[in-house]
Amino acid sequence: MSRVLVFLLIGVVFGAGLALSGMTDPAKVVGFLDFFGHWDPRLTATMGGAVAMAFVGQWLLRHRGRTLTGAEMPAFPPSRIDPRLLAGATLFGAGWGLAGLCPAPALAVSVQYPVALLFVAGFIAGLLGVARLGAKNG
Amino acid sequence: MDWGLALAGGLLIGLAAAGLMLTYGRVAGVSGLVRNALAGKMEAVAFVIGLPLGALLVQVLTGGGAPVSFASAPRLALAGLLVGVGAGLANGCTSGHSVCGIARLSPRSLVATILFIAVGAVMVTLVGVPA
Repeated sequence: MSRVLVFLLIGVVFGAGLALSGMTDPAKVVGFLDFFGHWDPRLTATMGGAVAMAFVGQWLLRHRGRTLTGAEMPAFPPSRIDPRLLAGATLFGAGWGLAGLCPAPALAVSVQYPVALLFVAGFIAGLLGVARLGAKNG
Repeated sequence: MDWGLALAGGLLIGLAAAGLMLTYGRVAGVSGLVRNALAGKMEAVAFVIGLPLGALLVQVLTGGGAPVSFASAPRLALAGLLVGVGAGLANGCTSGHSVCGIARLSPRSLVATILFIAVGAVMVTLVGVPA
């Protein structure tokens, strides 16, 4: 199977998971973030399930030492907690709470609800803006 | 019921992340994949196209879900901008940090996730339900 087809299939599974879990419904996400109001804890099961499966994938990869396509295990950069990460995560959280959307769910519902493309457009503008500034300063 | 769907959906998201890791050693970070898609990498374009296809598939199989409502147009665009700048600076979003990063026990990703949720909760408390 070609690399492009594998990525497409993985995208479909990812999108199906988002829709099934309710991540694509802003009201459910806002309910999950509403700790000081009517907290809806159900998305903890989504995060728990996702992390558990991803953990199994990590473990298998480490155990094998190579990917299924025979590539070397990727080396991750050292884990750095710097002001850039803290500022970025804070802005991300603010936007996430403001609309109850994050990038993957917004893309996933964009066909049924094209209004989500406004979020996607803002996201792309912000992402590319940071990349451009970073390229200038770096 | 709903708890089961929340868990089942999470397992599928994790399966996708594990799949990308096992096949090509790639982190299923959606903001990184979107950036690659915009740069014209066909595999990333395919992933991004797959997301709505998967959501549509679920809708067809379950006979369509309850109607979903979104924030107002300006609020959606502003939220997207904040999330885009944030993901750019933090080098990842909920998928890259909160799923893949935590799964490989990265302290950086754990800190990012705690901030995503804590600031998100403060925002929801301050500005209320999107409308």
